[in-house]
Amino acid sequence: MPRTTRIETAVDLQQYRRQLLAEQDPATRRVRVCLGTGCTAKGAPNVLERFHQAAKEFDQESFAVETKCTGCHGFCERGPIVVVDPGNIFYQNVKEEDVPEIWRESVVGGRVVERLLYKDEQTGKIAKTPEEIPFYNAQRRIVLALGGVIDPTRIEEYLAAGGYAALAKALGSMDPDEVIEEVTNSGLRGRGGGGFPTGRKWRSARDAPGEPKYVIANGDEGDPGAFMDRSLMEGVPHAVIEGMIIGAYAVGSSHGYIYVRNEYPLAVEHLTTAIEQAREMGLLGQNILGSGFSFDVRINRGGGAFVCGESTALMASLEGRVGEPRAKYIHTVESGLHGKPSLLNNVETWANVPPIILGGADWFASLGTEKSKGTKVFSLVGKVKNTGLVEVPMGMTLRQIIYDIGGGIPNGKAFKAVQTGGPSGGCIPAKYLDEPVDFDRLTQLGSMMGSGGMIVMDEDTCMVNVAKYFLGFLKEESCGKCTPCREGVAQMLHILDNITKGEGREGDVERLEQLGELLEDTALCALGKTAAYPVLSTVRHFREEYEAHIHERRCPAKECPGLFRYEIDVESCTGCGLCAKKCPVEAITGERKKPHTIDLEKCTNCGTCFDVCPFSAVVKV
Amino acid sequence: MPETKENTVAQIIRRYAGDPDMLIPMMQDLQAECDYLPKAELKELSGRLCVPLARIYSVATFYASFRLMPKGDHTIQLCMGTVCFLKGAGKIAQVIQREFELVPGGTSPDGKFTFSPVNCVGACALAPVMVLDGEYHGGLAVDSAVELLHKIAEETDKV
Repeated sequence: MPRTTRIETAVDLQQYRRQLLAEQDPATRRVRVCLGTGCTAKGAPNVLERFHQAAKEFDQESFAVETKCTGCHGFCERGPIVVVDPGNIFYQNVKEEDVPEIWRESVVGGRVVERLLYKDEQTGKIAKTPEEIPFYNAQRRIVLALGGVIDPTRIEEYLAAGGYAALAKALGSMDPDEVIEEVTNSGLRGRGGGGFPTGRKWRSARDAPGEPKYVIANGDEGDPGAFMDRSLMEGVPHAVIEGMIIGAYAVGSSHGYIYVRNEYPLAVEHLTTAIEQAREMGLLGQNILGSGFSFDVRINRGGGAFVCGESTALMASLEGRVGEPRAKYIHTVESGLHGKPSLLNNVETWANVPPIILGGADWFASLGTEKSKGTKVFSLVGKVKNTGLVEVPMGMTLRQIIYDIGGGIPNGKAFKAVQTGGPSGGCIPAKYLDEPVDFDRLTQLGSMMGSGGMIVMDEDTCMVNVAKYFLGFLKEESCGKCTPCREGVAQMLHILDNITKGEGREGDVERLEQLGELLEDTALCALGKTAAYPVLSTVRHFREEYEAHIHERRCPAKECPGLFRYEIDVESCTGCGLCAKKCPVEAITGERKKPHTIDLEKCTNCGTCFDVCPFSAVVKV
Repeated sequence: MPETKENTVAQIIRRYAGDPDMLIPMMQDLQAECDYLPKAELKELSGRLCVPLARIYSVATFYASFRLMPKGDHTIQLCMGTVCFLKGAGKIAQVIQREFELVPGGTSPDGKFTFSPVNCVGACALAPVMVLDGEYHGGLAVDSAVELLHKIAEETDKV
């Protein structure tokens, strides 16, 4: 495709956008195939290929057909997702073999392939467009707005959708102080977890003495169960870059870094492409849009260390060293990368900047709660029907998110808890389901916003085991620099391990609480300070489960091996003998076609029989 | 051949204009090129950059993505994120380790598989998920995971 010349001024940008829009033929029919990670894994690339093929062979002259890929739609549960325009017809669970039918009926014929539409399980209602699907209609998409709409590898599509207009506005009609003021007034708080007021951070960075100044995007999304930053970097990379350029202009920086997690190869690829395109057009580099302001950005890939999400560790890593945090008597906005003022914001925070500049602080502040403004993207995952990425205004209740958008708990199970905030967060029990979700309320409940992971757990989940999982994770990821974290986490894990093995002792819960408080007071960085939260929050809300493990040697959720038994239900057992055949210790006996029994003396609680029984006749008691 | 390897290190250093700050990207490139971080190349990197070898090794052993040993024919990245954990990744890990004689970060004795459990691959809708040679396999159970690996192993044998 011939690339136009560099965009030299804001007027050029406007003209180019008009030209791009004028080139779009309204009669063109479009097929958008989601190539987010979820859909890709479910076979979307082959689906797209079939559509490309169909488009190539298509020779009708009355209208043209464009087939393209987009970033994530968020509804990963129902992937691969294909959307056909005009009509915004939303097809889900599309397989390769469905392509000819969609092509013939929907794209060319202008009809709807009903069997591939979303059908509400409860009401039986069929939804033609995303707006009619409960998963989408309760959301408010601002940063994810373009996610499933534009091709992330083409800057033209971002520009046509209004991209870089915020940059033009900031550079053309606002001075740096006005930009900072706008961000401050919007009430935007850091989306990476801490919730620090973004405007105040920018102000400190601008006022800090020292040259050069750096701006950095934290894309080291480490919380397990959280993938909103991934989706943003993959689906709308230019939004992150545009936000960074505006931030750099506001604080007076000419060098930027995007630190991306090593496990996200597609994000690296799309960001690299986006940066190259922005450079070619002159949106990065010298004298951006004729304003005299210059800025460029570079990508660094992480090395696979969770602690590098911490600001000082991340900067150490950017300097080519091991990612060990330092004490933050002096903030990184004053002395960060190479001892220079460094402004670090999370990817989602950066992506919120362009809408704020365009829509204005008042508009942004009208969304959300008193102290948490705007929207937040959550990855709603775990034991919930509609897994995916959701963006909602701050202050929506947990129940609305989990039940109205998420569709509730699958397989008729009961809700037990929702875990937010990753390994630094906590578990919130059912009695708080009607609490609004914002930074301060979640902290009061003993959890935290974190980067936005929202992991739903059902009655089969043992809360002690969950706490053990997070501690195990943090023990591996502790950098080892400070003693409280290195030794304290290991000690807590040891106690938890004993409890889940039925070897817990009187006073273990109190010891865990003591150690947890010690960590909070003495650890060097946020990883250690918050490491005990998964334990403390589960002790706070589910103390009886800990006590059942310790005093009764019983796991109420029937998850911890050895703390419950397997039995065969005589009513449902058909005597097929599969369990007896698979049992590694020959503990199961019985005549063919007659109910079998488990010899509890021999049984090692491995659970093989439970997994293999085709009639669910093996039960946990 | 030592001569070509020498060029590799020099080339990589040139790519980053010899900036010692870019040690991690250089090591990432070296690993991409050599499949792991060979001792000789690390020594050379140390000499050319004037960065102590000890520091290079501290970086190599700190970050989980660096390997000091060659990989097997296939790489298994098993996601151990919270959702995968809730949906049974722990059990899958146990069984495939037993079945293919694997340890975390290690390679099977037959050289077919390298096993790296990872924190979260960010594909929670597919949990439990395994990334096999860069390809995502979701919705796994113990049986289907083992079956998948056996199939891959057999295909390797045929080649």
